Amino acid sequence: MKHLLSAADLSHGEAVGVLDAAEEMAQATRERRIKKLPVLQGLTVVNLFFEDSTRTRISFETAAKRLSADVINFSPKGSSVSKGESLKDTVLTLGAIQTDAIVVRHPASGAPHRIAHSGWTGASVINAGDGTHQHPTQALLDAMTIRRHLMGPDPVGRDLSGLDIMIVGDVLHSRVARSGVALFTTLGAQVHLVAPATLLPVGVEQWNCTVSYNVDEALADYPPDALMMLRVQHERMSSAGGGFFPSPQEYTREYGLDSPRLERLAPHGIVLHPGPMNRGLEITSQAADGPRSTIVEQVANGVAIRMAVLYLTMSGLKE
Amino acid sequence: MRYVIKEACLPDGQTADIVIQRGKIVSVGRAASGQGGTVTGEVTVVDAAGLVALPGLVDIHTHLREPGQEDSETVASGSRAAAAGGYSCVHAMANTNPVADTAGVVEQVWRLGREAGYVDVRPVGAVSVGLEGKQLAELAAMARSVARVRVFSDDGVCVADPVLMRRALEYVKGFGGVIAQHAQEPRLTEGAQMHEGLVSSELGLAPWPAVAEESIIARDVLLAGHVGARLHICHVSTAGSVEIIRWAKGRGIAVTAEVTPHHLLLTDDSVRGYDPLFKVNPPLRSAQDVAAVRAGLADGTIDVVGTDHAPHPAESKDCEWAAAAFGMTGLETALPVIYQVMVESGLMTWADVVRVMSSGPAAIGRVADQGRPIAPGEPANLTLFDPSARWLVVPEDMATTSANTPVAGRQMHGRTVATFYRGRATVLQGKVI
Ligand SMILES: [Zn+2]
Repeated sequence: MKHLLSAADLSHGEAVGVLDAAEEMAQATRERRIKKLPVLQGLTVVNLFFEDSTRTRISFETAAKRLSADVINFSPKGSSVSKGESLKDTVLTLGAIQTDAIVVRHPASGAPHRIAHSGWTGASVINAGDGTHQHPTQALLDAMTIRRHLMGPDPVGRDLSGLDIMIVGDVLHSRVARSGVALFTTLGAQVHLVAPATLLPVGVEQWNCTVSYNVDEALADYPPDALMMLRVQHERMSSAGGGFFPSPQEYTREYGLDSPRLERLAPHGIVLHPGPMNRGLEITSQAADGPRSTIVEQVANGVAIRMAVLYLTMSGLKE
Repeated sequence: MRYVIKEACLPDGQTADIVIQRGKIVSVGRAASGQGGTVTGEVTVVDAAGLVALPGLVDIHTHLREPGQEDSETVASGSRAAAAGGYSCVHAMANTNPVADTAGVVEQVWRLGREAGYVDVRPVGAVSVGLEGKQLAELAAMARSVARVRVFSDDGVCVADPVLMRRALEYVKGFGGVIAQHAQEPRLTEGAQMHEGLVSSELGLAPWPAVAEESIIARDVLLAGHVGARLHICHVSTAGSVEIIRWAKGRGIAVTAEVTPHHLLLTDDSVRGYDPLFKVNPPLRSAQDVAAVRAGLADGTIDVVGTDHAPHPAESKDCEWAAAAFGMTGLETALPVIYQVMVESGLMTWADVVRVMSSGPAAIGRVADQGRPIAPGEPANLTLFDPSARWLVVPEDMATTSANTPVAGRQMHGRTVATFYRGRATVLQGKVI
């Protein structure tokens, strides 16, 4: 695996392999007093973030440092979309400083794909979120979290077969949803999307999942083992055409995860959220902080997943 | 200069020798030595055995970029690209800088075309001042100028205001003009990046619905019918658009339509690699849409092929998708694409190719001396095409200044071997001269 650009690129075997490697990483860092493994010593990872995301950047940075790689954080002021330096010139500049992997976050869908396949660089490219396209390490950390909770005490080697995973919210603008649908289905789970039609892309009817506009009906029809609530951005209300939904109150009533809906989950059911949360909009504090919530654990698993991905994409570079 | 073109295959399938002299076709038939007048001056014999002879091609939709964007194309370089593709006439779109919205600018473009001397450059006039969609440009002044403008278009943007569109349709009736509409409802396509469907949903690129094109076409055929005016629809790309135009023609509305080679060849699946070479306005559509525009071109619902040749400098395409410019070059590959997609497939004959790439566009643009049959006394605008040739498209080897061809690296079926413009060979042995 040279690059990780899309969760859809991962085969079943590769996906299980990343999850297993992440479990190994988590265990190795737990057992050592010094949290550093020497596997990527002498290699350089650049975190190239065209979009602000402190949490994702810190997660990648921690992961790279635990593998003893050198880390450079680079956040260009404006992307080429806003007429700064072009993406190509930025990447060529990184080439001049011996970059082995580029972790890229970009507001334009497909930007990591362009960096990997345009001959601008020979470095490994890891997609840390591109526009409304993909965020594969997020889906992997979600899968790791789900697998740990629901696939028995020793999940290594297992996939997500037989699970029902429900994703509720702004699928249209969500790279988390796109990554999740691809990865969870590859791993054998059945995915159910729930959203108002305005927040679902045309074409979703051909995705490998069920689609519903009504969260209460969906909870009855497809009782989920894992329920993922997506972040709803407030600016979606003021967009062209009068917004994607009429008001936050109506959204919360129709799609928010509150206590009554939470109580309808099966006893083993868990709640996920990719963060950052809008408490009171798509999720109540009771749901976010309750015993079913895995939201804090997701963050910890994120570091292990990113260690695994950096290791698997970069280890071939080291003699 | 006199040319004797030996054993060419005419569009009707007959084989004939064609003799050209002083800008005219002198004879078509057996050119036994001496027939068609005594040989005077220099004679060049062109062996055309196995080649198809077509009237010089006419493009109803070309962006030559001059004045203002000479780093991507000039009237001269675009004229050479046109000749290389078998064209003897192109219509140069108005979205230059300054915009071709006055007699002064269209006359400048027309004059540059005359100086280049490879094709008739017919300037298209802007419908509205500065393409802003607010106020009619001085359409009559452009029509009366030496450029004799007959096609008016804000192409690049849609004439979205229905009242302005109605006035424009009515006004150009006074001088036999036609409004060429770039059908794109602006509100439905704000920020849009690619055709709305399965692929856009997976790639997370802002969607461009088919209805944004179809709703404008529906409105405009009704307007054209209402005021009894001529309407031309640029680059039809959806199955729904074809259906609406078919309906309008059935009602006797004076609408014509064009389709580009790329919308006949490529689908939105090409976008999956995020390569901006495939970014174009209107966007590449679904396989079902491609089948519909092919059928529409074959049955005459779509009248003509327009290249929408849109050159761009390298940096406008060597970037991420959202930052890239819309548009593709097309002049030098249009005929091979049409041959492969429409003729080899059995959807059309060579006579149909003449209709959609020469006589049809000349009629829409009201161009005298273009799109004429291959017959004695007619102007010597001719193309010789070798259907058996196979060649790889190398962007750097093309006559256009820009490299943004969507068929780079593809094998083309057939090649323009020679082009004659007003009796002069502009292309011989596949080389522009
Ligand atoms: Zn256009």
